[in-house]
Amino acid sequence: MNQKNFQAIYVLWLRQMKRFLRAKSRVLTTIVQPLFFLFILGFGFNIAVFPGMQGSYINFLAPGIIAMAILFSSMFTGVSVLWDKQSGFLQEVLVAPVSRLSIVIGRTLGGATIALFQGFIIMIIAIALGVPITSTGGLLLTLVIMVLLSFTAVGFGLIIASKMHDFEGFQSIMSLILMPLLFLSSMFYPVTESLPGWLQMLSYCNPLFYMIDGIRGSLTGVNNILDPLVDLGIILTLCIIIMGLGTYFFNKSEA
Amino acid sequence: MDIITTENLTKTFDGFTAVDHISFSVKKGEVFGFLGPNGAGKTTTIKMLTTLLYPTQGSATIAGFDILKQRADVRENIGVVFQEPALDTELTGRENLDFHARMYGLSQEVRKKRVFKLLTLVDLLDKKDVLVKHYSGGMKRRLEIARGLMHSPTVLFLDEPTLGLDAQTRRAIWEYIKQLNKDENTTIFLTTHYMDEADFLCDRIGIIDHGKIMVMNTVDMLKKSIGNDVITLSCSDIQKLQKRLEQESWISKITPYASFLTLGVERGEEKIPAIFDIARTVNVTISSVDVRRPTLDDVFIYYTGRSMREQDHEAPHNGTKKPARFRLRWQK
Repeated sequence: MNQKNFQAIYVLWLRQMKRFLRAKSRVLTTIVQPLFFLFILGFGFNIAVFPGMQGSYINFLAPGIIAMAILFSSMFTGVSVLWDKQSGFLQEVLVAPVSRLSIVIGRTLGGATIALFQGFIIMIIAIALGVPITSTGGLLLTLVIMVLLSFTAVGFGLIIASKMHDFEGFQSIMSLILMPLLFLSSMFYPVTESLPGWLQMLSYCNPLFYMIDGIRGSLTGVNNILDPLVDLGIILTLCIIIMGLGTYFFNKSEA
Repeated sequence: MDIITTENLTKTFDGFTAVDHISFSVKKGEVFGFLGPNGAGKTTTIKMLTTLLYPTQGSATIAGFDILKQRADVRENIGVVFQEPALDTELTGRENLDFHARMYGLSQEVRKKRVFKLLTLVDLLDKKDVLVKHYSGGMKRRLEIARGLMHSPTVLFLDEPTLGLDAQTRRAIWEYIKQLNKDENTTIFLTTHYMDEADFLCDRIGIIDHGKIMVMNTVDMLKKSIGNDVITLSCSDIQKLQKRLEQESWISKITPYASFLTLGVERGEEKIPAIFDIARTVNVTISSVDVRRPTLDDVFIYYTGRSMREQDHEAPHNGTKKPARFRLRWQK
């Protein structure tokens, strides 16, 4: 990594910031959409009593909404490589004398910054709504998991983008892969109490489960199934694998 | 000194050979052009030379660096203007240039200087803070050319630099290309399917068709190679007349193309009576004759056996299907 590669990472990051801030509608949607979930679902289910759930429903829901906001935003960044491919801009990036790794890092950092910005807003609103924080250490751990979640999702987006040539496939991926992952992630309800055994097994195979369980455990300290540090270990391993694969596929794709 | 050399460069896509064992070299400071119809393998060649595609076979060097083993050094030395626009339309013109400059590691001082100089060169200084999505096609093209030059590359690759632009903008872009070749001594490798563009810009051209270089020389030499004058005629029986004319030693080249026969000769206007006499002896009626200096189109027909304009109806200056050169100037 020489100075030129750092400059490339910086300018790729800067480009994403500029683009994000200029796309007013995107800024708005990505913040407002999770808030709909948080408010409407949160208040709607607040009177329901789930067996084994501690505290109010909104406390249970908030960590999942934070994770969802970060997930969608980061995946979008990864997949938006496809936009660059179609608009031809990717070629401009690829002929530059910088390493492929720094291109991936620049993009990931850009996407992660935006995603975390959105995640923070949701988190602050959730805290304002009365979602409790266990401890400073817990909050820090939450931040670490948020960052890892974001990196993983960008990497996942990169893999999808390198395998697709248009946006048709993107819709199917969103509904066929992402929706079941969300529903099985323990985001909306505690999976241990309600789901039949085989669906619970699927839940444990779901990467998103560990992300949400981790945020829930570290931020609110209740309703989590695993120790947040165990979640962290799993998430870290996953993040490294997915980022590695994302970089590999991005390297291999020809413009 | 050779800036670009290729040896048996080949690219196949799923059994289809887009570029077929091409070897050529381009000297420093030269404007070299690949002339050929769409799908001839021009863009694929550029993509291999600019490290965006891996060759299936063969090798090439740019400024002495191997395109396979020294990819970073190659990228350092090249600027590319792609066939499809490759700008970030959500950024301003200045930001696009600045992005590029930073990717190439230019210092802030150099960046500012180059941005100013190049925006002036392509007449976009007053539009520098406008988002590129509000630019016209010609402005985008000019911005891309400016961007390709930001880091003072040794070689600038231009893939169909004036594709889809109006006649006036094309002229202007030609002037920029000529000027920067002179001012910055940039070696230029361009591809085009416009005869007039190749004729105007290139010192040397290679005619490429079906992934192969058919012939390569200076524009003048190529034209001379098919004779000083070209006679194009249409008649009642092309094959019969061609067979008969082939016995005449004063005709250097005979090429049938569609319903026309093209002959390469010296002092064309004096040969017309002789051709009529010959036609009469074999009972062929000539319906039209045209004599002129050879054009690159004639060169193309001669070496490929077909006209490039068959595939090229979108040329902005030439809306009619029938090429202007086939106007019947002399009717019997």
